Amino acid sequence: MNDVPVPTPRRLVELTIDDRTVRVPEGSTILDACHQEGIDTPTLCWAENLTPVNVCRVCVVEVENSRVLVPSCSRAAEDGMVVATDSERVRTSRKMVYELLASSVDLDRADDEVHAWMDHYGCDPGRMGDKADIATVAQPPKVQDDLYVRDYERCILCYKCVEACGDDAQFTFAIATAGRGFDAHISTEFDVTLPDSACVYCGNCIGVCPTGALVFKTEHDMREEGTWDEDAQAVTTTVCSFCGVGCNLELHVQDEQIVKVTSPADHSITNGHLCIKGRFGWQHAQS
Amino acid sequence: MPDLRFGDAEPTDEERIAVDEVVADLGSVVVVEGERLVYAGHARTAERRHLLLPALHAVQRASGWISPGGLDYACRQLEVPPAEAYGVATFYHLFAHEAPEATDVVHVCDDVACRPVGALGLIDELRAAGHHAKASPCLGQCERGPAVLVQRCGDHDLTVAPGSVDEVAVAISGRTSTASVSLPQVGSPDLRLLARVGVVDPGSLDDYRAHGGYRALEAALAMGPDRVIEEVTTAGLSGRGGAAFPTGVKWRGVADQQGRPRHLVCNADESEPGTFKDRVVMEGDPFSLVEAMTIAGTAVGAERGWLYIRGEYPVAAHRLRSAIDQARVAGLLGDDVAGSGTRFDIDLRIGAGAYICGEETALFNSIEGFRGEPRNKPPFPTTHGLFGEPTAINNVETLVNVLPIMLDGGEAYRAIGTERSPGTRLFCLSGRVSNPGTYEHEFGITLRGVLEAAGGVVGADEPHAVLLGGAAGFFVRSEQLDLPLTLEDTRAAGVSLGSGVVMVFGEEDDMVDTVRRVAEFFRDESCGQCVPCRVGTIRQEEVLARLRDGATLDAERDLLDDLAAVMGDASICGLGQTASGAIRSALDLGLLEGSR
Repeated sequence: MNDVPVPTPRRLVELTIDDRTVRVPEGSTILDACHQEGIDTPTLCWAENLTPVNVCRVCVVEVENSRVLVPSCSRAAEDGMVVATDSERVRTSRKMVYELLASSVDLDRADDEVHAWMDHYGCDPGRMGDKADIATVAQPPKVQDDLYVRDYERCILCYKCVEACGDDAQFTFAIATAGRGFDAHISTEFDVTLPDSACVYCGNCIGVCPTGALVFKTEHDMREEGTWDEDAQAVTTTVCSFCGVGCNLELHVQDEQIVKVTSPADHSITNGHLCIKGRFGWQHAQS
Repeated sequence: MPDLRFGDAEPTDEERIAVDEVVADLGSVVVVEGERLVYAGHARTAERRHLLLPALHAVQRASGWISPGGLDYACRQLEVPPAEAYGVATFYHLFAHEAPEATDVVHVCDDVACRPVGALGLIDELRAAGHHAKASPCLGQCERGPAVLVQRCGDHDLTVAPGSVDEVAVAISGRTSTASVSLPQVGSPDLRLLARVGVVDPGSLDDYRAHGGYRALEAALAMGPDRVIEEVTTAGLSGRGGAAFPTGVKWRGVADQQGRPRHLVCNADESEPGTFKDRVVMEGDPFSLVEAMTIAGTAVGAERGWLYIRGEYPVAAHRLRSAIDQARVAGLLGDDVAGSGTRFDIDLRIGAGAYICGEETALFNSIEGFRGEPRNKPPFPTTHGLFGEPTAINNVETLVNVLPIMLDGGEAYRAIGTERSPGTRLFCLSGRVSNPGTYEHEFGITLRGVLEAAGGVVGADEPHAVLLGGAAGFFVRSEQLDLPLTLEDTRAAGVSLGSGVVMVFGEEDDMVDTVRRVAEFFRDESCGQCVPCRVGTIRQEEVLARLRDGATLDAERDLLDDLAAVMGDASICGLGQTASGAIRSALDLGLLEGSR
């Protein structure tokens, strides 16, 4: 008989969120508690398959007796904590974070939820000034190979790609944040091209990018041609045939052509991450 | 570590030798990984990753820049991914990541204190004379601007203050920094923290002892750690870095972490514009800091102390290095401190041009060989500090206060200053005062008293404005000249003593330009990690530039308020949280109205 692993029971902590009494296992974050209660909370740099880095600050909440707002993604829930997720201070900061990003970065291809939240908070990035007159990260995309494109004028510096390339998934460390302040950017050493870097083309950075800054070359080219049409795409789940690990693949198919490959973040084997073969080795299926 | 891929660029012989020296000198300090927090995409630290910053200094000094070959060699020796090392190198102002135009880079401070005394003109003159001159944020020589730091390839760096084309040439040819200026209060019997500055030979342990040095350590070792912490608590000593946290409470918190390796860190990354007091202490009385760190380290149970001095202070770094070496030879550091059987030693680390590394958790990351990005708190350093281990971190001024506490006792210390702000405070006087410099006064002296002690305002009875506490502080005007300078009174008045900056402006000074420069400073020094500060500081600077160029305040006020709100409320660390304070105070006081 197989041993069934029984998780160690965890003490519950009790806190108040938006006047509701909430109980969550010790060690949970405030965001975990919000998810459990169905309290919608915007996130950008948080992902279920990555370590929280709490840099985007869009998930901030107000905690009683805390001088400043706290990032719900990484702050542990504590007994007696009193949390407000929709106070005036929270709304102002969340709105401003989106406005600051949208004023400096091209968010056109960001996840739908980004735009939904911006509408929710009534964001008006234009009040920061005309994009021609203020600092932005506008730059041409880096097209250096046939597999993927880095379009850093869409980069919000959420660090997800760095984490996925590093010790949250791939342990390759091909990219890191370089520069400082508004000049901070994701880069290889001395900005060498990806083929000259440590990159192994797992594409896990693409998988976690929330703004379309990192995309399959296929997607980039089709968008440039104006043929990219997500409504016309079917997603088929299959198991990768290259080895015996059993990674789930989601094949995104448009006009009977595979246009990109993902894996579900909640999949027990991949946690959303793949290798070069699963991610990019699908040409034979179309030959 | 996983298999890492390195580049194929070759180091020069000089780079290889320089990096090897760092590894040989410091490689005995193997830091076994503690409970390191992983954040911001950082990899787990390798045992010797903490040598990365010294190794980058070695490459920079050898070649005048961080060359691909030099970086790659350092990465191979330390098992650091090249992309991460590049990310670290490009974080710092004093590391060049392009081949240098000249062997010497002449950094000229064009910050708020040096602008009114000709910094911008000096940059032009130096360039005309053929120097590779670059504008720099505050170099911490505000009492004698315009300040210059000459960063040399293949040789040690030089401070020149006040700088001029001639003085820079003299310094370079003689390989000598400008001598320290005399303390305005030198030799005064009222001095407690500065008593030896300008009196003692900073290069001599014997002279330090002849002036009462190391009696405090003797007393502390006789008392034992618990009594030492009790006396510091009784004294009511609070942190002088700006946050004013009770030092005794901090030390108790670290001492209570029994069974875990603990660290004592001295924050000498004094980079707040207008601040130079810690430099004066380090240059004039370096052994006092070594002694104070030894007392603090042994009190909290740390076997290792780390002294992090900003890279712009070559003279202070040189004197502290010498002082640490002499103390070690004399048995006052090492495996058996002063025969007590206690182990404590100090590693000296040099910053490389990053204000943010004065934020305590950013400083830990900098020492550990990561980008100087602040960590989210909690957890706090007392439980999760350097290398994830319990850490007491204090700045220079806080630490040297421990010496009189050990000698006279906590009760006697408490009798000085006010009930809630015991002790003395160091003030950095610069700008339009007759005798600029570092002053020591009891807490409770008024701003007027501080100005009078410095000979009063130049050319006027009262200042047009005073920047109190630095760029992270606030502007005040003559209505607040009678404000007692204590923690409680400044807090009640909605201002802060910060790092003790008292920068005086006159009617002739361009306040719009000054305030815009403050905004530029924060934009320049933001680490870039969190959105509110990374983008907020540049938007704030843009607003100030529009105001300078004729925009009306009414049109910009809502945006400024919202920027202040998001930076103050949602930034990770104190930099973003304070980045709008001085600017808003200038607006509230009407300093930008009717200006040019």
